[in-house]
Amino acid sequence: MAHAIEVRGLAKRYASFWAVDHIDFSVDVGTVYAFLGPNGAGKTTTTEILEGLRRSTEGEVRVLDLDPWTDGYALHKRVGVIPQDFRFFDKITPKEGVEYYGRLFGTRPDPKALLERVDLVDKMNSRFDTLSGGQKQKLGLALALTNNPEVCFLDEPTTGLDPQARRSIWEVIRKLKREGRTVFLTTHYLEEAELLADQVGIIHHGKIIAAGSPDEIIRAHGRSERLIFTAPATLAEHLSRTLGVAAEVVDGHVVVSLDSIRDSVRILNAVEASGIPWDGFVTRSDNLEDVFVRLVGPMDDGALKPGVPA
Amino acid sequence: MNGTRIFADFKVVVRSYLRNPVALFFSLIFPIILIALFGTIFSGGGGGAVSLAVENLDHNSPASVAYLSALNNTTLVQVTMVDYPVSSFSAQLGDNGYSVGLIIPAGFQADLANRTPVNLTLFTNPESPAAAGQAEGAVTGIANYFNLRAVCTGGSCAPVIQVPAPLNIGSQVYTYIDYLIPGLIGFSILTSPMFSMVDIASSYRKDGIFRELSLTPLTKAEWLLSRISWYVLLTFVTAGIMIGAGAGLFGARVEITLGLIPFLIVGPFLFVSLGMLAGTVAKTPESAALIGNIITFPMMFLSGTFFAVSMFPAGLQVVAHVLPLYYVIDGMDQVMLFSNTTRALGDVGVVAILAVIVFALAVRFFQWRDVQ
Repeated sequence: MAHAIEVRGLAKRYASFWAVDHIDFSVDVGTVYAFLGPNGAGKTTTTEILEGLRRSTEGEVRVLDLDPWTDGYALHKRVGVIPQDFRFFDKITPKEGVEYYGRLFGTRPDPKALLERVDLVDKMNSRFDTLSGGQKQKLGLALALTNNPEVCFLDEPTTGLDPQARRSIWEVIRKLKREGRTVFLTTHYLEEAELLADQVGIIHHGKIIAAGSPDEIIRAHGRSERLIFTAPATLAEHLSRTLGVAAEVVDGHVVVSLDSIRDSVRILNAVEASGIPWDGFVTRSDNLEDVFVRLVGPMDDGALKPGVPA
Repeated sequence: MNGTRIFADFKVVVRSYLRNPVALFFSLIFPIILIALFGTIFSGGGGGAVSLAVENLDHNSPASVAYLSALNNTTLVQVTMVDYPVSSFSAQLGDNGYSVGLIIPAGFQADLANRTPVNLTLFTNPESPAAAGQAEGAVTGIANYFNLRAVCTGGSCAPVIQVPAPLNIGSQVYTYIDYLIPGLIGFSILTSPMFSMVDIASSYRKDGIFRELSLTPLTKAEWLLSRISWYVLLTFVTAGIMIGAGAGLFGARVEITLGLIPFLIVGPFLFVSLGMLAGTVAKTPESAALIGNIITFPMMFLSGTFFAVSMFPAGLQVVAHVLPLYYVIDGMDQVMLFSNTTRALGDVGVVAILAVIVFALAVRFFQWRDVQ
């Protein structure tokens, strides 16, 4: 079996609205697949169909060669899921939670070892309602691993976590991959997808609009390298006129698109020769976030950093 | 069905409950408060007319009606006409919560006219001495009045109407608190799981807990059985507290028998399942609470919880007999008070059949995951 997940012509309709509009993709065994999209794009609906929590309207879905809806009971013994905003029994501790899930799945995990793996061992005897948001997500991750899953569905596992907690979750995801498990990751953080994913799918208005490795997507949909000067607008006019390059003013900065990085030497010489005062420059190439914003617009939590033009 | 999974979930339920001080307080203290409250209100026997159950075998003859009317006018007793078999009159009084009863014999009017001595049979409950004394005084007083009238008109001094020493009610003497205990245990069997399960059904759905459990091998039936196990355990504890509090505070005397056990099991089984079914039908926590109240409140008051069903108007008695809690309370009355095993078996059979049906419906209709 080459594919852990295989989706063909998947569609989900609510009344006359197609939340997921006939999409195709597959996820190879032992890889990390990042599924990206803005809110309302069909991301969660697709994920829930893969998890067997929601029924599709059309199309074929196979996870570990099982139909998630009709074979859900068998499938759930082989997959681990952390839903968005993981909730658990308020008065139960992480240690008791792991023991509970272990008994439900018929496995006997070592609670301490499993909680150590998600960096939650120091809170193993604290009740769930006293944990922070990040600690709750870590418990969700630990519980998703109690049955030693072949495929892990992680639905925005780092949302709301502090940078250190996010990095510890990333390390767990990398470890899952090293162990040969397949990870299906939905995330709001494009940096996370770029760092962790072998393959990325971007869904928008129910359709997959870009797919491939992060590099492939950037090459296919990103813009060329750019030089960005902190300089007056007259510099843009000067460079356009004298060198014939594409130069524009964005957010008070002069942005010059390059056909090749080698053009930068020629442009820097022209800037210096122009006599127009300038304070500094940076080079900039598109990352996955830039591509995402170009394709679907800014994310709700603000993809663009202030002060650094695109 | 897997016992390990049921037990694992049961442990989570027990821990959650024991770590919730409010829930624990209400489970353990509330039964004592209920017993203390109702016991104090209704066991005092102070003031007011005593409800006197009267069987008139003289078929409303003018003399008997005149006698009863005079009795009623004393305001010491409130005459309530009943129609029980004479052979089981004493037991029926007990079953229906009367502490005093009176039989007017057939031929009362004729005997009065012929000045033939006639006996009125009075039944009292020595455990309610105030009510017994009040009723005996009224019955004897009016009898003397009728006798004096007979003397004046007939010239004979021999008393015609005689009131021999009162007979005791039932094979054993019971007080209100004795009847109250099975009723309040029934109240607890109904309310505790119903309100809780209706709330859980909607809040677990809203919080996504059902969704998370659906991703484990735990089945809906196993989950429900784990909850039922908890409420059965809680019911045993609550029943023990109520019996203990009733005995300690008011000297209640109920029979603690193995026959009680089936009711403490099938009762919670039924109402946990019913609460889950009600919560499943509801779309929001608010509507869940409303549906829970609609089901619970009529049962709470019309099933013989606080007062014997036989004291209700005929129409309400019909309603009571279609309420499942009636069979739980009636069955417990039979085993705890009257040692009537046959009737108790019928009651437990009704509850058990209902429990199985409602359990199956709850498992069928309650959804872990979104079918849309």
